[in-house]
Amino acid sequence: MLNAKIPAGPLENKWTDYKGHCKLVNPANKRKLEVIIVGTGLAGASAAASLGELGYKVKAFCFQDSPRRAHSIAAQGGINAAKNYQNDGDSVFRLFYDTIKGGDYRAREANVHRLAEVSANIIDQCVAQGVPFAREYGGLLSNRSFGGTQVQRTFYAAGQTGQQLLIGAYQALERQVALGNVKMYSRHEMLEVVKVDGKARGIIARNLVTGKLERHFGHAVLLCSGGYGNVFYLSTNAMGSNVTAAWKAHKKGAAFANPCFTQIHPTCIPVSGDHQSKLTLMSESLRNDGRIWVPKKQGDNRKPNEIPEEERDYYLERRYPAFGNLVPRDVASRAAKERCDAGYGVGSSKQAVYLDYAAAIERYGRIEASKEGKEDAPLEEIIAWGKEVVKEKYGNLFDMYEKITGENPYEVPMRIYPAVHYTMGGLWVDYELQTSVPGLYALGEANFSDHGANRLGASALMQGLADGYFVIPYTIGNYLADEIYNKPISTEHEAFAAAEKEVSDRLDKLMSIKGNTSVESFHKRLGKIMWDKCGMARNAEGLQQAITEIQELKKEFWSDVKIPGGITEFNPELDKAGRVADFIELGELMCKDALNRNESCGGHFREEYQTPDGEALRDDANYMYVAAWEYKADSNWELHKESLEYDVIKPTQRNYK
Amino acid sequence: MEHYNMNLTLKVWRQKSSNEQGYFETYQVRDISSEMSFLEMFDVLNEQLIKENKEPIAFDHDCREGICGMCSMYINGKPHGPWHANTTCQLHMRAFKDGDTIVVEPWRAKAFPVIKDLVVDRTAFDRIIQAGGYISVNTGNAVDGNAIPIEKDKADAAFAAAMCIGCGACVAACKNSSAMLFLSAKVSHLSLLPQGDPERKSRVVNMVAQMDKEGFGACTNTGACEATCPKEISISNIARLNREYLTSSLTAEK
Repeated sequence: MLNAKIPAGPLENKWTDYKGHCKLVNPANKRKLEVIIVGTGLAGASAAASLGELGYKVKAFCFQDSPRRAHSIAAQGGINAAKNYQNDGDSVFRLFYDTIKGGDYRAREANVHRLAEVSANIIDQCVAQGVPFAREYGGLLSNRSFGGTQVQRTFYAAGQTGQQLLIGAYQALERQVALGNVKMYSRHEMLEVVKVDGKARGIIARNLVTGKLERHFGHAVLLCSGGYGNVFYLSTNAMGSNVTAAWKAHKKGAAFANPCFTQIHPTCIPVSGDHQSKLTLMSESLRNDGRIWVPKKQGDNRKPNEIPEEERDYYLERRYPAFGNLVPRDVASRAAKERCDAGYGVGSSKQAVYLDYAAAIERYGRIEASKEGKEDAPLEEIIAWGKEVVKEKYGNLFDMYEKITGENPYEVPMRIYPAVHYTMGGLWVDYELQTSVPGLYALGEANFSDHGANRLGASALMQGLADGYFVIPYTIGNYLADEIYNKPISTEHEAFAAAEKEVSDRLDKLMSIKGNTSVESFHKRLGKIMWDKCGMARNAEGLQQAITEIQELKKEFWSDVKIPGGITEFNPELDKAGRVADFIELGELMCKDALNRNESCGGHFREEYQTPDGEALRDDANYMYVAAWEYKADSNWELHKESLEYDVIKPTQRNYK
Repeated sequence: MEHYNMNLTLKVWRQKSSNEQGYFETYQVRDISSEMSFLEMFDVLNEQLIKENKEPIAFDHDCREGICGMCSMYINGKPHGPWHANTTCQLHMRAFKDGDTIVVEPWRAKAFPVIKDLVVDRTAFDRIIQAGGYISVNTGNAVDGNAIPIEKDKADAAFAAAMCIGCGACVAACKNSSAMLFLSAKVSHLSLLPQGDPERKSRVVNMVAQMDKEGFGACTNTGACEATCPKEISISNIARLNREYLTSSLTAEK
C-alpha cells in the first residue's frame, strides 16, 4: 500500500534530479487548476503564497479570525539553516546528520537531506520578505545554539522568531489575496474531505460565524493544519489547535504515521492548579546560558538561593558532559522526570526543576566589566551589567515568566517542567508530501516525515517553510500536470452532497445528545489518561488500560456531552465538541501505536526497554520502520510498515555524553 | 508570591449577533485563584453557565501566551485590562482582589463590528495589509541573506515595529478609533529595511487610503494607543508614517 516514491540515485542528488525531471504545468493551465489549503501557519501560508505566485487558483482556510494568528506565531527560539555563516564546520550534511540522529534514526534519509538542502534558501527568502532577524554590529545575520547540535546554525528574532516568520508568510499570502490569486476563508473549519473516484477533490467547511456548511472544490487539497498535542489537554499548543482536519482525512483513507511520537519539551512553566488551561513554553534558547539543577538532598525545602553551590546537582552537566544543558529535548525531559520521580523536585508541587541564570548573569557581567577595564568593580555592579546583557537576549521570555508566575527570574531561578509541545507523528506522506489518498497532501507538523522520533529545536519552523516555499511548488506540479484534462467538478456532484450530509448528521447527533457533562471536562479526562499512560514514559500494562479507558470515555462522550446553543450560529462549544470527539479517537490510536512499538526511541520511551543507565533502548532489528495505520472501522486499524533504509548514515546508539 | 482566592462580580457585554442590541449582564464567580489567568476565570464562568443551562460567553482567544493577538477584552475601561504592556490572556487574577467588580466589554470601533458577545470582526486589518503591507518578492527570487548588510540599529528598530500582534487594542483605546499605530508599525517595519525601499512610496499611500476606507478615525495624537499597546509599539512610528506619507505624496511620479 505504501510507496514512498524516493527518487533513485545518490542521496545528495535526489532532490536536484527530482526537480530536473518532475512534470511541469504551463502558466495558462495553472490558472485553471484550483488548490485548497487548510491551515495558514508557516506551512499553509507559505504554500498558499507560493502557489498563488505560480498562478494556481488557491483557496485558503483557517479557523482563526485571521491567517496571522496560526500557532506557528508562538515559536520562540529560532530556525535552523545550514549556512555556516559562523565558519564553525556546519554544512548540509551536518544538518542532515544531526536531524537524523536527533530523530533517533526513525526518519527518512531522503526527506531529511532535502530539508537540509533547502534550509539555506529559507533564510534568504525570509530576509528578502523583510523578516527582521537578529543582526551583529557589522550588519550581518546573527546565530545561536540549540539542543542536539555542536554548531551555531539557529537564526532568530529575539524570542519571537515564529511570529516574524509567520508575519512574513502572512504578508506574502495577503499580497496574493490582493492580486486575486488566493481567496481567504477565515473563521472556517474543514470538517470533511470530498473524494471522487478515489482522489481528493474538495472539502466540506463550516463557517464558524454562521454555522453554515460550505462545499469547496479543488484539484488538490493540502492539509497544513498543524499537530495534535492538544490530545493531552494541557500542552503548549494554542487553545484551538486540533487534529480534526488530519483526522477526517485519516478516516477517508489517509494513513496516520507514528502517532505515538510526541515531543515533550523540557522547559515549560509548571502547572499551577486544576484551573490550568494551557502550558507556556520557555524557549530552548534559554538552555544556551541557563543551568538546570535540583538540590542534592531529597525533599529539600530551602529557597533556591539558600542552597549552596556544592549542594546542587547540575544533573544534565553531570550525566552528559559533552552536550551538558544542550542535550536534545527528549533526553532533557526524561532526565527532569527522573529527578522529580526520585524525590528531588522543587516548588510546592515538587514537579519542577530549576533553570538558573545566576552564573550566566555573573559571566556576562564580568565580560562587560572587562570591556570597560573595570575588572575590580564590586560584584553588585557586575551583576547589574550582567542583567542588562541577559535582558537584551532573553528579556521578553523573562517578562513572560514573571507575568505568569509573579516571580522575578533575574533574582530567583525559574521553575520549569516538561510539557507536551510538538507531535512528530502525523499523516503519512511520500517524498512528494502526498498522503496515501491521491491529490491529498500534508505539510508541516501535520505530516510525519522529517523528525523521526524526536524533533530538534528550531527545526519545526524550518520544516514548515521548506514544505510550503520550496517542496510543494515542485511536487504538486508533478500531480497537477495530469489534472489539466479534468474540468472542475461541480459542488452539486453526489460526492459533495454525501460528504455534506455526513457532516451535518454528525453535528445533529452531537447537538441531540443533550447530556450533563461539558466538552471541557471530557477533554480534561482524556488529557489525564494520555499524560499518565502515554506521556513521557509508557509501559504495556498502562497502555492497555488507557485503551480501555478511552473506549469507555468515548461511549460516555457520545451519550452524555452537553453542548449549549445551536448549529447555525457562532457556537464555540460545538466547535470544541467536534474537535474533542476526534481527539478521543486519536488518543486510542496513539496508545495502540505506542503499545505496538516494543522499543524506546526518541520521545517514545517504553519503560520495559531501557539501557542500564536509563537511556532509550532501540530495537533496530524489529522496529526500524514507519508505523502507518490505516483506518478500517471504529477502534480498528491495520498496520502497514514502511521500512527505513539507511544508506548513508549508520544508526548507532545516540550518545550525547 | 502569596496565593489567595476571591469572589468577584462581573458585568459582561452580551450581544447575540451584530444586528441585535447588546446589554450588560451581571454574574458572580466564587473561589477564583489569584494564580489563574483572566481567561481561565472566564473558563470557570462559562463552565458554570453551561451547568446552569445558560449560554456561555463568546470571546476570542487562541495562543494564551500573548503573541497571536486574538484575545480582545476591554476590561474596566482599558483594552487588555490594568497591566502595562500586556494582553488579556496574560493578565492574571492577582491583579484583582476579593469583592472587586469587573466590567468587560468588546473592542468598540465602527470598523470592528461585534460578531457575538465579546467577539469582534477585525478583518479590516487584513485588508489594510493587502493594500501594501508586504514586500513584493516571489519565492525563489531572493539573494543570499547576508548579501545586504543592515545596520543593527535599523534592524532592531524594524523588529520593534514588527512586534505588533494586530490585536486592535490601539483602535479600541483611541477616542477616534484610529488605526494609525497599527498601520504605522507596518509602514515603519518595511520602510526601515533596504528590502522594503522599492515600494516605499506606493505602500504608505495605498495603506492609508485603505485605512480611511475601512472607517477608522483620524489621529489626534493623544497617545492612548501607545499607552495601551501590549507590545509597546512606539507612537514615534506615527511620526515616521506621517513623514513617509507626506514625502510620498509630494514626490509621487504619477
